[in-house]
Amino acid sequence: MTAVAELMDYAEVVERFDPVLGLEVHVELSTATKMFCGCPNLFGGEPNTHVCPTCLGLPGALPVVNGSAVESAIRIGLALNCEIAPWCRFARKNYFYPDMPKNFQTSQYDEPIAFDGYLDVVLDDGEVVRIGIERAHMEEDTGKSLHVGGATGRIHGAEHSLLDYNRAGVPLIEIVTKPITGIGERAPEVARAYVTALRDLLRAMDVSDVRMDQGSLRCDANVSLMPRGATEFGTRTETKNVNSLRSVERAVRYEMTRHAAILADGGGIRQETRHFQEADGTTSAGRTKETAEDYRYFPEPDLVPIAPSPQWVEQLRGTLPELPWERRKRIQQEWNLTDEELRDLVNTGAADLVAATVDAGAEPGEARSWWVQYLTQQANTREVELAGLPITPAQVATVIGLVKQGELTNKLAREVVQGVLDGEGEPGEVIERRGLKVVSDDSALIAAVDEALAAQPDVVEKIRGGKVQAAGAIVGAVMKATKGQADAKRVRELIMERCR
Amino acid sequence: MTELTTLPAAELAAKIHAREVTSVEVTRAHLDRIAAVDDHVHAFLHVDREGALAAAEAVDADLAAGKAPASPLAGVPLALKDVFTTKGIPTTCGSRTLEGWVPPYDATVTRTLREAGVVILGKTNMDEFAMGSSTENSAFGPTHNPWDHARIPGGSGGGSSASLAAFEAPLAIGTDTGGSIRQPGAVTGTVGVKPTYGGVSRYGLVAFSSSLDQGGPCARTVLDAAMLHEIIGGHDPMDSTSIDAPVPPVVAAAREGARDGLSGVRVGVVSEFRGEGYQPGVLRSFEAAVDQLRALGAEVVEVSCPHFTYALPAYYLIAPSEASSNLARFDAMRYGIRVSDDGTHSAEEVMSLTREAGFGPEVKRRIMLGTYALSSGYYDAYYGSAQKVRTLIIRDFDAAFEQVDVLVSPTTPTTAFKIGERVDDPLAMYLADLCTIPSDLAGNAALSVPCGLSDEDGLPVGLQVMAPALADDRLYKVAAAYEGARDAAAGGSLVHQVPELNGGAR
Ligand SMILES: [Zn+2]
Repeated sequence: MTAVAELMDYAEVVERFDPVLGLEVHVELSTATKMFCGCPNLFGGEPNTHVCPTCLGLPGALPVVNGSAVESAIRIGLALNCEIAPWCRFARKNYFYPDMPKNFQTSQYDEPIAFDGYLDVVLDDGEVVRIGIERAHMEEDTGKSLHVGGATGRIHGAEHSLLDYNRAGVPLIEIVTKPITGIGERAPEVARAYVTALRDLLRAMDVSDVRMDQGSLRCDANVSLMPRGATEFGTRTETKNVNSLRSVERAVRYEMTRHAAILADGGGIRQETRHFQEADGTTSAGRTKETAEDYRYFPEPDLVPIAPSPQWVEQLRGTLPELPWERRKRIQQEWNLTDEELRDLVNTGAADLVAATVDAGAEPGEARSWWVQYLTQQANTREVELAGLPITPAQVATVIGLVKQGELTNKLAREVVQGVLDGEGEPGEVIERRGLKVVSDDSALIAAVDEALAAQPDVVEKIRGGKVQAAGAIVGAVMKATKGQADAKRVRELIMERCR
Repeated sequence: MTELTTLPAAELAAKIHAREVTSVEVTRAHLDRIAAVDDHVHAFLHVDREGALAAAEAVDADLAAGKAPASPLAGVPLALKDVFTTKGIPTTCGSRTLEGWVPPYDATVTRTLREAGVVILGKTNMDEFAMGSSTENSAFGPTHNPWDHARIPGGSGGGSSASLAAFEAPLAIGTDTGGSIRQPGAVTGTVGVKPTYGGVSRYGLVAFSSSLDQGGPCARTVLDAAMLHEIIGGHDPMDSTSIDAPVPPVVAAAREGARDGLSGVRVGVVSEFRGEGYQPGVLRSFEAAVDQLRALGAEVVEVSCPHFTYALPAYYLIAPSEASSNLARFDAMRYGIRVSDDGTHSAEEVMSLTREAGFGPEVKRRIMLGTYALSSGYYDAYYGSAQKVRTLIIRDFDAAFEQVDVLVSPTTPTTAFKIGERVDDPLAMYLADLCTIPSDLAGNAALSVPCGLSDEDGLPVGLQVMAPALADDRLYKVAAAYEGARDAAAGGSLVHQVPELNGGAR
């Protein structure tokens, strides 16, 4: 399979074809327990330790819906501007699969809890694309198989397979877009931006870990092409379980170039699922769907229907946090940021921290410069995420306040912050322990100034001779003698007084 | 001491609680009876002798220590249909597929019985996965009707009802999906109750058809059934379809019916359930029962439920559809038998070959039927239409219950047929549940109480009483009144007319 030879140059692809995307994102909810039983919903763990008769699908066991998962589903639906179904049910999706203990998945089929919404996605240059949301529905995750003894880790060639059902029954929300059209060459970027926006939204709502690397957010990308000007969609392929934002973009781009080459050659696209290869950015054929699989859906008889009352839905609407893009818009206006400054803020992951620092009483400009510059540097040195630094926005605001009041110089302030990061306690304690107060007592300063002047009589001569800039050397000496705790401005004033 | 196996559960309980007899003595008497006669009856798939005696000892110890009985039936033995999971005791559902499976957990019904001090003797034979009307579909061989060993004991809970008629147990638990408690009750001369759907937890009941399955009590008297009903009934948070409401006062209703008769009670006779296809002797017994109800003061009227005619076909689309999905989990991967796992077959082939080997013909027939009925091109025509019929049947019941308090009919169109007689004719077999199926589709309550022996073959006939959902108490009132009057007129309870079995006097 020589993938590269089969590709078409991207510029030519977008000149000849219009792409149509469909993105299906699976999100594992971070509820305390699983979708239909009381087992803990935890990532990893010794295999088959978070299981019970229900999530193992043992004969006789029955599901009971996790109310907090329904709550999350409704909140997600509301955040995606969806309608919330006043009455809906679970359905059974029947198919045989070793990872799935009951051999049917309890899911929602024709009665999703949320439907017909949209998400506005901001591209890098500020263009906003509105992505239609077809539906968001609830379902349960499957277990995992581990194939042992083969070269590839796949079932083919394996000596035996091990099954871990810890993940079986974890609550999932599947969010499905309407066909995304009219985005032309920007399709890969749009795909990435959409998944990014969705991830940020879900993170802000605190409903999921949204860790693509751990599979708590997974994206299936459907891609098809139609000749420019055509209205009928082409045959699509579905690239499964793409597990990073960058890969979403690469997978879409790769499929576009692959489809284009085949179509331009007079060939036809086979409707199939494909796997994305992280290493070289290509996709390979998975299962061919020649005939649509018949899942024999029917309403799940073991569960009663869900009928969220309008009051409950409105109450949940009230729990939605300020949504990421709304906050960005507000921050940009309030803090008077250029697009570029906003982007820096967002890219360093500092926006929330700056906002919290401002909320704690700091000036936006000061707060931004502390987080984007000094603290970002510290995070890099310490190899942690910015948000993972052991300092709170409130502590940063305290330090900024002390500088403003003249209690600390900028240099001292950085030392205080350093102390907080090193675990020496609150800013006040660090100042106390390291003796970092600005010396504002004139008598102490005068002594230091006199000492410095006495040590450098030539400089005193120069100043008296009118060379005012020579005072810098004395200021430096005083600052050194006071370990930087002197107010430089006051020191200069004192020098000029003494040399008059 | 042999009278211990013939007394009603209520009387046994009273003697045990008064410490006139021990639970161990009662339990041992039943275990001995099982040992003596079950080779001929084959009501049990598994007898838990040690577990039963240990449970009985525990009850005796508590009573000796002056503790109050854990329940009104504490210390009384019971036979449990093999469809309920029992921790540490095999559960097979009458299927090869589950041969040797010992569940790691108790069904809610099992747990509740244990907590009530009811002594579980063992697991009773049944049609495989509760699919059948004769207990001939058990992978482990049929159960024989104690009234005539050549005949079926009804199905699918033939083992539970036969154990009562054979005096191997004073109480039993069955499950009713299309009539599997009432129909065996009728043909063995015992009482069987299908409570309102959701009235008894399904957690740990190995599912046949989730929207129809309902566990319920089997007993030799209406009062015994009521006492058992109050123990196993009630809300279970582990079953989201279980009703969050108190259990109707069925024991009080049974006592009231037996004492006060039926004046002021309006009884509807379902006109669709008589005529062609009904054994004349069954209809004659039924008419006599209706006369008896009148004599007890009931006002009897004819009621038409026109859509009941479509209940059987609707049932045979809905139940197999759900079964095809519920039985998908038996794939040889985690429990039960596995065949052809010799390294030359793929996982899919092992699944397929195991299902081929593990399931009997009736189960396969229904899986195929259900798979077909749910498939995308046929869903609306079959499953969808059947659900519409179900709605129409519910409306028929609603309309009828506006006029009357209960409906009555024969429980089965015929008495027990001969083993093997209908094996090759599934459609003839399905007719056995003709009268019981509407209540399952509608989810309301229904009961079968013995109403005499058919004059042409001397075999038991059942009177079916049906009540609205959550009005289970009406069943008990009517049935207890009837039972008392019938037994008084006949000079004793019907089930005591069952012939002596090989194995000696009970
Ligand atoms: Zn679980």
